[in-house]
Amino acid sequence: MNFISRTGATLLAPAIENAGFAMGVAGRTLARLHHLPKRRRLLFDQMHLGGIKSAPVVLFVSFFIGMILSLQLGFELARYGQQEAVGLAVAVSMVREMGPVMTAVILAASVASAMAAEIGTMRVQEEVTALEVMSVDVTSYLVLPRILALTLMAPILTIFANIIGIVGGGIIAYTQLGLDFDGYVRNALSALSDRSFAGLPRSVYSGLIKATIFGFAIAVVGCASGLRARHGASGVGESTRSAVRNSIILIIVLNFFLGKIVYT
Amino acid sequence: MIRMIDVHKAFGKQKVLQGLNFEVDEGQSLVIMGPSGSGKSVILKHLIGLLEPDQGKVEVLGQTVNIHNREALQRLRMDMGYLFQHSALINWLSVYDNVALPLRETTSQSEKDIRAQVEKVLGLVQMEEAHEKLPSEISGGMQKRVGLARALVTEPKIILYDEPEAGLDPEMSASISKMMRRLKEELGMTSVTVTHSVSCAVTVADTLAVFEHGQFLIAGPPTDVLNSDHPRVKTFLGAALD
Repeated sequence: MNFISRTGATLLAPAIENAGFAMGVAGRTLARLHHLPKRRRLLFDQMHLGGIKSAPVVLFVSFFIGMILSLQLGFELARYGQQEAVGLAVAVSMVREMGPVMTAVILAASVASAMAAEIGTMRVQEEVTALEVMSVDVTSYLVLPRILALTLMAPILTIFANIIGIVGGGIIAYTQLGLDFDGYVRNALSALSDRSFAGLPRSVYSGLIKATIFGFAIAVVGCASGLRARHGASGVGESTRSAVRNSIILIIVLNFFLGKIVYT
Repeated sequence: MIRMIDVHKAFGKQKVLQGLNFEVDEGQSLVIMGPSGSGKSVILKHLIGLLEPDQGKVEVLGQTVNIHNREALQRLRMDMGYLFQHSALINWLSVYDNVALPLRETTSQSEKDIRAQVEKVLGLVQMEEAHEKLPSEISGGMQKRVGLARALVTEPKIILYDEPEAGLDPEMSASISKMMRRLKEELGMTSVTVTHSVSCAVTVADTLAVFEHGQFLIAGPPTDVLNSDHPRVKTFLGAALD
């Protein structure tokens, strides 16, 4: 029993400590939203770094995800003579799940790691301490622009990922499954006709809500990991690793619960 | 102006400060020497409110340094400058923007006033020509001078130097020491310096202290300390002079 409790405490204590620290970072950031006008320039810089620069990878991966979905679902549906429904299946899969989740995973790998490495390096080189000593609000100066930028850019990237994914699926439907492209598009759009919130189909808005929350969560984890970096280069490496690992775990867990909330 | 009263600090089982007491009067310069890892920088971190004593009291400018009172601490820090061992310049900001940062973030001065103040302090440290350069584009000595300009830009009453000569060649180290002396004479600034360099200590100090095992072994005018018969002080300073 002692062994079990000791092992549990050893494994859980750092995780709980990290989660508590990240929640503190999130809370302090939200409490500084009114600093936004002062941080406009930093926000745009971060939107460019975290959003625009990630776009080519997000779009490339989404295009292939759409093609893979179309290919696999198309062949299965064809066995039942239902290949015309491939547009619907690809659209729903992309908009509800694959678009937001794949975009978030790419952002976790590229942006959360960059945030953790950048802030972590600043931490171990005493630049963050220098900001504190100069009475500069570290959360407002370093964290707020990064978190807000990714929270705004994640749903925007997801919209483009969805469109490109559906187009990729359409190309496969036309070239491999012998379907009419217009019919594919009509079928895809029919899946998105359930207008239930502000004129937006539920599949679309649920995906965009997910993307927004993923963007926020990824940036919080990236910044929090960087701020906790210690012990030189190896500490920065560890903070980068933990940022990617924790972001991806969080995306998967949040995806389940958000999906459950929206669809039940 | 600066007082440490019976300050104790431990990190786990390691006792770093053990009842440390000292005072620095206005316009005076205290230089602290001691072996690496003895906790000299911990003293500076207590003075600037980055660490809290386990026991005892730290007073700066007549106020107790309280790391839990954020607003009071920020006001106090506005009157203090800190030169970091490795300069700690923000790597994506130019020299000019690094020096302007404390003014932009903590005052409501116009950009014109900020420019005038930044140019003044960059002139003081002879770095007028490097405005647009990034920290990675200038040498270690120049980074140190920019760090010093950044520490001076808010016109602090007190300046803390953490190993100002670290990583510099002897010529650059001597130049930084002379600059510190000049700032003290021209601006009447109170300072506390942590260093391994005897030449820096001799150039800058009104009072030289040797720190080990959480306490000052000796403190006094530099000539007295350098000629002390204290066996440990003799050994340490002898090694430092070699």
